[in-house]
Amino acid sequence: MPATVSVQNLIKTYDKGKVLAVDKVSFDVKAGELFGLIGADGAGKSSIFRILTTVLLADSGTATLAGYDVVKDYREIRNRVGYMPGKFSLYQDLTIQENLEFFATVFGTTIEANMDLIRDIYDQIKPFSNRRAGKLSGGMKQKLALCCALIHKPEVLLLDEPTTGVDVVSRKEFWEMLKKLKAQGITIIVSTPYMDEAKRCERIALIQNGRIMSVDTPGNIIRAYPEKLYAAKSDNIYRLLKDFRSHPETDRSFAFGEYIHISLKNDPTVNRQLPTANCQLPTVNLQPSTVNRQLEFLNRIAAENNHTGIQIKEIEPGIEDSFILLMSRNDATTNLQKTTEK
Amino acid sequence: MEEKVIVCKDLTKQFGDFYAVDKISFDVSKGEIFGFLGANGAGKTTAMRILCGLSYPSSGEATVAGFSVRNQQESIKKNIGYMSQKFSLYENLSILENIEFFGGVYGVSRKDIRERSDKLIQDMGLQKEAKKMVGSLPLGWKQKLAFSVSIFHRPKIVFLDEPTGGVDPVTRRQFWDMIYDASASGITIFVTTHYMDEAEYCNRISVMVDGKMEALDSPANLKKRYATDSMDEVFYKLARGARRSGD
Amino acid sequence: MKELLVFIKKEFKHVFRDPRTLLIMFGLPVAQIVLFGFALTSEVKNIDILIADNSKDMISTQITDKIKASRYFIIQEKNIGGTDIDRAFKRGGVQSVLIFPANFSNDLSHEGKAQVQIIADGTDPNTAKTIVNYLTAIIGAYQQEKFPTASLRYQILTEPRMLYNEEDNGSMNFIPGVMALILMLVCTALTSVSIVKEKELGTMEILLVSPFKPVMVLVSKAVPYFILSLINFTLILLLSVFLLHIDIKGSILLLYMESALFILTCLSLGLMISNATNAQQTALLISMMGMMLPTIIFTGFIFPLENMPWVLRTISNIVPSKWYFLIIKSVMLKGLGLQYVWKETLILMVMTAVLLTIAIKKFKIRLQ
Repeated sequence: MPATVSVQNLIKTYDKGKVLAVDKVSFDVKAGELFGLIGADGAGKSSIFRILTTVLLADSGTATLAGYDVVKDYREIRNRVGYMPGKFSLYQDLTIQENLEFFATVFGTTIEANMDLIRDIYDQIKPFSNRRAGKLSGGMKQKLALCCALIHKPEVLLLDEPTTGVDVVSRKEFWEMLKKLKAQGITIIVSTPYMDEAKRCERIALIQNGRIMSVDTPGNIIRAYPEKLYAAKSDNIYRLLKDFRSHPETDRSFAFGEYIHISLKNDPTVNRQLPTANCQLPTVNLQPSTVNRQLEFLNRIAAENNHTGIQIKEIEPGIEDSFILLMSRNDATTNLQKTTEK
Repeated sequence: MEEKVIVCKDLTKQFGDFYAVDKISFDVSKGEIFGFLGANGAGKTTAMRILCGLSYPSSGEATVAGFSVRNQQESIKKNIGYMSQKFSLYENLSILENIEFFGGVYGVSRKDIRERSDKLIQDMGLQKEAKKMVGSLPLGWKQKLAFSVSIFHRPKIVFLDEPTGGVDPVTRRQFWDMIYDASASGITIFVTTHYMDEAEYCNRISVMVDGKMEALDSPANLKKRYATDSMDEVFYKLARGARRSGD
Repeated sequence: MKELLVFIKKEFKHVFRDPRTLLIMFGLPVAQIVLFGFALTSEVKNIDILIADNSKDMISTQITDKIKASRYFIIQEKNIGGTDIDRAFKRGGVQSVLIFPANFSNDLSHEGKAQVQIIADGTDPNTAKTIVNYLTAIIGAYQQEKFPTASLRYQILTEPRMLYNEEDNGSMNFIPGVMALILMLVCTALTSVSIVKEKELGTMEILLVSPFKPVMVLVSKAVPYFILSLINFTLILLLSVFLLHIDIKGSILLLYMESALFILTCLSLGLMISNATNAQQTALLISMMGMMLPTIIFTGFIFPLENMPWVLRTISNIVPSKWYFLIIKSVMLKGLGLQYVWKETLILMVMTAVLLTIAIKKFKIRLQ
């Protein structure tokens, strides 16, 4: 299937080149795919969205959407894309109904003409249709904004951080809605700073400091995690974290909910080379004996530090673990580059 | 008995016939990390405002650092720190100038300001950036710095309103390391968050639904009670039933 | 076309649902008319005057009666000695003294020349100057009446403002100025703020990404404010006629046409400002400082342009409201037709064309 969105070597700087927001970003999104851009604020997600929706020009690189170039054919793209900007907040002084009607008209259509596409969402907000948008809750505003972005049956839907600042319940509902939209054949690109939302996308790009660290399915990214990962807890979790962190054999240890995630150094089975340009991580198979040995080792450290209620187990890494690993490696490569430059 | 730094009894805030905060009661002990969760519009912000001495309760009583929220608001303000995602530091002042300003506002002596700011800058490894404008720092650094500034005057309690929104996973954890350190030094942490894994870092968490405090316990006990192994699920089960919504 | 109509309807909703915009739009004209009309006129009334008539003849008595008849002066005392004058000023309550010398009438009839002395309280120089002008004018008018054929014995100094102000209606002159000010404020400030507000909300991004032509965004913002400004203009006219009893001498149609032109000028300015800024506060500040101040200073309705140094007078030529003020003054107060104001009208037209072209050319179809 041909790529609906194709981005090649995009670079975008602000302040006359002083701030590098997007750094040689390339990725493809297939037709009908639900694609996620995962990264923190300031990682460059919004700039990429704005370049794709033709409202911002890149310094260099190309991008096409539904086969049209974002610079040359911006008019064609503006007819085909549905967009929800990060700071989009609708007209606060207009009611839901008025907002919807306004955006429908601006996009040259009517609410009725696209009812089949938005019915699910529309039915949820309909009871409040005479309420002004400014008086709606975060979740409700977000549904209304999605409705507005969908009103002209776009081929590609671009959602910039639609779930930021929205509570867990509304976020869950929102992702359910996206799933249904995807089922109707719409290509969706969505950005989020919440790592736990990554697994709801078919493919994701992990982005940090304007650079894409990895593009793949969430499953592949997790499978590519090169080391064994362990979760540990004890009655004094913060002291446990400090104890592990100060141990010379510990590679990384981070708090993860009620557990600490730890990986160890000097694992003979791990190929510890630096990642290549597209950050493909080397995969390894650890022997069960190694796992047992390492578990024993971790238990010993905890016991030596007089911890009680110790629980240590081997775990499957999550997207956030991969993100942290890639971040530290990326920092390592950046540092390496910097030192070689000197 | 443990020292209680926040004591809340039937605290209520009423706007007309709308109960933004509806008879909430809870205690927070010294040095505790207390997670204050709730869906958008559940009444978190209103309750936090009362506890920070920015708003009067309609009925009920609460004391913060031993002072009443009804008539000792000024004393409360001297004994707390506050940081939110939205407002933290002045972007067009340097790191040092921000520290000096906020230290001065809270009445820290000039000598203490100098000593503590030297230490702070050293601890954070910001020696090279100390004279740079805060606006030029990456978001994660700003947030960490804002937290350091909020506890610069050694308050008894620090209120953190979604301190880690939009921050990358590594910085988020470094931020929590700082929270743990502050808690270990005896500062009570009162924190709101949308990240459920962060809820797990708290000693106890409370969940507000429709102005009422529907749950208050340690993360482990809450998970046990709702028969699940994720805080996400606990929160979802509690907040799903919310009738009202609104910011 | 339908899109445009819906857009315009939306703009009207924004205006009518925002009490602050409504207040600026309709409360401000009323407040300004009342303020300028009644309180802030430069007219000085009820001046306390002492008259030291040492001549006590027919002419001095007649002049005294003229002064008494004018509504500006209240005569405190008719005969007063030299030392009392000083005391009266020190005691306060007296702003001026008019002294007829002992042989006033005699000098006039024999030498054809006589002097009166006007003493005014110089601690308030503006009022003092006005008082001197008033008295000079009254005496001059008396002289004209009495000796119409005689050659001018006094240099009669009257300010031009008296020329078209026969009814002594001082507020009259302010009306065109207030019109210029209010139209400037409503069109420029409100238009720019309403566009920049969309940028702040993020709705501008959506509008740009929509198939709606970007320039149409400008048109749909301009049309509602054009209509509202015309309503505003009507309101000011009605207030001036029914509240300040000013009678409009020229053609109402011409007044509306000229005002429509000026409104267009202001709208273009507002659109230009909105192109250059991204924050409502900046837009408001630029409109206020950049537009309001020049209007007040360089239009000539508060500070006479004639008294300004040539540099400032030259600058005043690029202020659109100066030309509008001249046009309205001529049409409304003097009753002149287009043949007398075509030059000013042409200048405004050229200004509008240039501003509008820049505003449309500079409108960004993208961000930044």
